[in-house]
Amino acid sequence: MTSHVLSQLRSLEAESIHIIREVVAEMQRPVLLFSGGKDSIVMLHMAAKAFAPARIPFPIMHVDTGLNFQTVLDCRDRWVDRLGIQLVVASVQDAIDRGLVREEPNGSRNRIQTPVLLEAVEKNGFDAAFGGGRRDEEKARAKERVFSFRDDFGQWDPKNQRPEIWSLYNGRVHQGESIRVFPLSNWTELDIWSYIAAEQIDIPDLYLAQEREVVDRDGMLFAVNEFTPLKDGETSEIRSVRYRTVGDANLTAAVESEASTLEAIVEETAAVRITERGATRGDDKVSEAAMEDRKREGYF
Amino acid sequence: MTTTENTTAEALTDGSVDLLRFATAGSVDDGKSTLIGRLLFDSKTIFEDQLDSVEQVSQDRGNDYTDLALLTDGLRAEREQGITIDVAYRYFATPKRKFIIADTPGHIQYTRNMVTGASTADVALILVDARKGVIEQSRRHTFLATLLGVPHIVVCVNKMDLVDYSEEIFENIRKDFTEFASRLRVPDLTFIPISALEGDNVVNRSENTPWYDGPALLSHLERLHVASDRNLMDVRFPVQYVIRPQSHDARDYRGYAGTVASGVMKPGDKVVALPTGLETTIEAIDTADGPVDEAYPPMAVTVRLADEIDISRGDMIARPNNTPAALQNIDAQICWMDSDSSLVPGKKYAIKHTTRWARAMVKDINYRVDVNTLHRDEEATEIKLNEIGRIQLRVTQPLFVDPYQQNPQTGSFILVDESTNKTVAAGMIGGLPHAS
Repeated sequence: MTSHVLSQLRSLEAESIHIIREVVAEMQRPVLLFSGGKDSIVMLHMAAKAFAPARIPFPIMHVDTGLNFQTVLDCRDRWVDRLGIQLVVASVQDAIDRGLVREEPNGSRNRIQTPVLLEAVEKNGFDAAFGGGRRDEEKARAKERVFSFRDDFGQWDPKNQRPEIWSLYNGRVHQGESIRVFPLSNWTELDIWSYIAAEQIDIPDLYLAQEREVVDRDGMLFAVNEFTPLKDGETSEIRSVRYRTVGDANLTAAVESEASTLEAIVEETAAVRITERGATRGDDKVSEAAMEDRKREGYF
Repeated sequence: MTTTENTTAEALTDGSVDLLRFATAGSVDDGKSTLIGRLLFDSKTIFEDQLDSVEQVSQDRGNDYTDLALLTDGLRAEREQGITIDVAYRYFATPKRKFIIADTPGHIQYTRNMVTGASTADVALILVDARKGVIEQSRRHTFLATLLGVPHIVVCVNKMDLVDYSEEIFENIRKDFTEFASRLRVPDLTFIPISALEGDNVVNRSENTPWYDGPALLSHLERLHVASDRNLMDVRFPVQYVIRPQSHDARDYRGYAGTVASGVMKPGDKVVALPTGLETTIEAIDTADGPVDEAYPPMAVTVRLADEIDISRGDMIARPNNTPAALQNIDAQICWMDSDSSLVPGKKYAIKHTTRWARAMVKDINYRVDVNTLHRDEEATEIKLNEIGRIQLRVTQPLFVDPYQQNPQTGSFILVDESTNKTVAAGMIGGLPHAS
């Protein structure tokens, strides 16, 4: 006699699988936006579970800013090989060369990846794009729907969202319009790590603590590499650090940590007192409404 | 790092923590945001950089205190107007449970948000200001919670610090509320005297209310037994997607993927597929982690059947001696959610019920309910934004339904405007919930 109660992690997993299947059943041409970060990896892992023993019936798309850590690209390619899925790469560098977008003065390619994403969505005729966004990440995301309607400019209008009642999702769109789908809406950072540890999911080793050569810039620790070389007058040091988020290599900082195993990361995440974006992402510090603005423009 | 935090981490990974979803409703000044802020703060869910940002904005505005409401008001328009527009979802965990809060604004014009938040909630938290007692808004929130079939209602009598923690005031509110609620179907009603601002009876039991012998709010939410709220009797499995691998090693595989809506399914069970009515047995219940001995809600599984019968998305698997009703004429309560249109007899919509889409025409409006007085207006000719009414629909093909109050999964539907594609209504099959 069992109690017939699912643990919270298995409930979240079941909800995400339900969402992923619903999109494949109702939409014409879905795609999964894959950044190589932990959230998109968890999403891809569950997509594989949703259709087993069949293959995932949609491609994944990587918006390649050209500022990737090599281990993130390696991890991406391992996933593509293992699952036998099609990978679409939308290159920001290529878009800069073609004049679609222009490099921003601060070196961040976060904002300019939006037009590249929208162009690739349109060119490939994708009408639904899975994103790894979570509602606990940020205030504007807390009010995001699971099925988030985007007009034919890819824009989000927070005042004109479709009501979402029970788990009856409405993915109906006109030609040119699309839906962004967030299967991880109800997951927190701690859930993601607990799940990665429980399922022993393959992630880039940047997330695990190890001794790395870093430079301290205004309290943020940047690894010394081709993207963030030492500037004149700076000195580097060897510290045990790990990455909490994996964004552009030139802007993502590491945090001091001894957590070199998945279990240790779960422990650390439960105890940590600062948000992952606040800790390590220069690109989110622009203004209080930075995320809301980017989402309105079509960011995911 | 304290022991509590370690325990949460361990509990989350070993799978011993379950999930509780609750909805809160309240207006600007009843202390709802303060209460949520306190739950998040005391469970160490508010991060330092979030708090810094809220403190900074509070200072910039010249507030005397840190406005925790700023944590939940996420959109620029909300901050500018000082109001909450939309449902916001919040998360926190203790070593016993993970909680999802659907934080809904309480103004009458946001009835649709309350309906949205309550649709998935195990518990509705209703705040009553101890100084004001049971007001129109308390009644509206309770009515909506019962309409959506929320099984547990917790009434937080807030601002007890402003009435000297008076037992008499608390008891009077309890009496008023219970009397009103007796007209509705409320399976479980609990009252807790709290002060969200001072923290009385929120996370810890307060010494200021020695006359109160119940638990603090958080322990109540941690212990609340919600497992038996689910319908484990009636097997309902709406087929979501048919899995047929196009690969050499699994060519003969044919599985029906879906989420168990209700009931417990086991291999060997006799089942019937609707609408065909063909009977067979469950051969296996698959997941990516291997076959399972049984499947229950809300598990997402893939069912294999002993016989090859024609089943596609939108069909329903049930037990031969226990099937949902196959109806084309639907009697339902609806909440209208669209600001640009209203429901009038003769209009046609797309309808989504479980995994099935069909078209529906409005045959009749029986009445519109005043959400404050529960008065039924039988002369009503339309149902507008934030209004609730009972209607009759004619659907192009049979839907496999149960009454909403028995089975929310198979008793609910949405209406979608076929020209704008917007979701315009939430529907609950069957009449109004009444005390029996």
